Amino acid sequence: MELDVRAGLEKLAGRLGGEGAKLTEAGRLSGGASMETWAFGFEGKDGPERLILRRRSAPFDEETARSVSLATEAKLIQATGANGARVPKVRHVCDDADGLGEAYVMVRVDGETLGKKIVQDPRFDAVRPSLARQCGESLVAIHKTPPPAGLNLKTVDGVAELDRYEEVYRATGAERPILELAFQYLRKHVPTSVEPTLLHGDFRNGNIMFDPEVGVAAVLDWELAHIGDPAEDMGWICTNSWRFGRPDRPVGGFGEYADLLAGYASAGGRPIELSRVRFWQMLGSLRWGVMCLTMYLSWRDGVTKSVERPMIGRRVSETEADLVVLLEEGL
Amino acid sequence: MITHPRTEELAESVRLWIDEIRPTLDPRNAFLARVAANAMATIAREITQGPAAEAAAIAGMAGVLGQEGTYAELNSALCARIRSGELTVETPGLLAALTTMARDQIAIDQPSYKPEGTVRSE
Repeated sequence: MELDVRAGLEKLAGRLGGEGAKLTEAGRLSGGASMETWAFGFEGKDGPERLILRRRSAPFDEETARSVSLATEAKLIQATGANGARVPKVRHVCDDADGLGEAYVMVRVDGETLGKKIVQDPRFDAVRPSLARQCGESLVAIHKTPPPAGLNLKTVDGVAELDRYEEVYRATGAERPILELAFQYLRKHVPTSVEPTLLHGDFRNGNIMFDPEVGVAAVLDWELAHIGDPAEDMGWICTNSWRFGRPDRPVGGFGEYADLLAGYASAGGRPIELSRVRFWQMLGSLRWGVMCLTMYLSWRDGVTKSVERPMIGRRVSETEADLVVLLEEGL
Repeated sequence: MITHPRTEELAESVRLWIDEIRPTLDPRNAFLARVAANAMATIAREITQGPAAEAAAIAGMAGVLGQEGTYAELNSALCARIRSGELTVETPGLLAALTTMARDQIAIDQPSYKPEGTVRSE
């Protein structure tokens, strides 16, 4: 169903900015397959506001089946923000009266989210060496937030995650020896269980707003939040698919393991061993490989016909190229 | 196959045309056009590099498994024996064969990708 988002934003400007508030700008920023982001602004009775609308534009499909609702996302942002995490400020959670479907509005945070820019752009040269440490610090406030009641967040550990992705992999019918070997290897190296915490679930370069002056400005994209091993969030930002051409800098293509771990510990997080992070990093590559397969399948099965999908299917080999090296090195 | 033009040249001509019209497109379509151009480049690389990569994969898998077969047969057998736990990271030659296969495949799919362990040369 195509929905007139612009008209919805006009209406929203009036609702949030008071009668007569006029939309001064509105533009779509990015198009995920199932999620839209719009930047908009209006001149309200209390002055100008610059906001972001995040809305679901398509029903859940298989690869997003794990995601939480946008209302839950908004609650998590508010809860972690109240606990000191760097997150955007939620301005409004949309309801039926807004006619925008499942959506919420946040105050716009300035900065850069494009992973490649963070890794390469000279504007970030000065702040870049501090980013891994800041990411470690940022995770502590998230992991120490008590999960808000009634959200029904899923709890996963290493075994559950391997089971889940192996099931998805088997269902694809693909036969990839490197993925098979990674499953077998990781099953033999599942870390001992720890007390589970709230996790962002998609903590990687690309989902964090960075400011060239201060570093981490806001942690975005909370749709995969769940409960689990705190090392999972660290392993994901170290997965090479999110290093944007700088495999020599393991944290997001901008930093070192030691700084990530030290930042975490210095901000009061329970110290985490590198081997534990490496387990989740390898599982991260495996998980991304399986996700790439399912995105191809969504094209083959006619769920979506975007040319993007089969080409993402060809990204499985990037995870395989990473996995063979990790298997050789060990955790 | 005929050579005037070769299949990879057809793919290359389409890729060049897509790149030519990209600047005229709206942002979403410009993005998708870049993906489409990349797909044409992948097709061209698979046509030129695929046969040698497949032959190397067959030789590598046959060596590890100690049996002959087509690519599909050997690939299936390899997956089954890894899954059963019979072949592991300790199996002599397994990781070496898989590494060759992974490198050949990434060279077709995404030659600019820098895998884990790539040392930076500057």
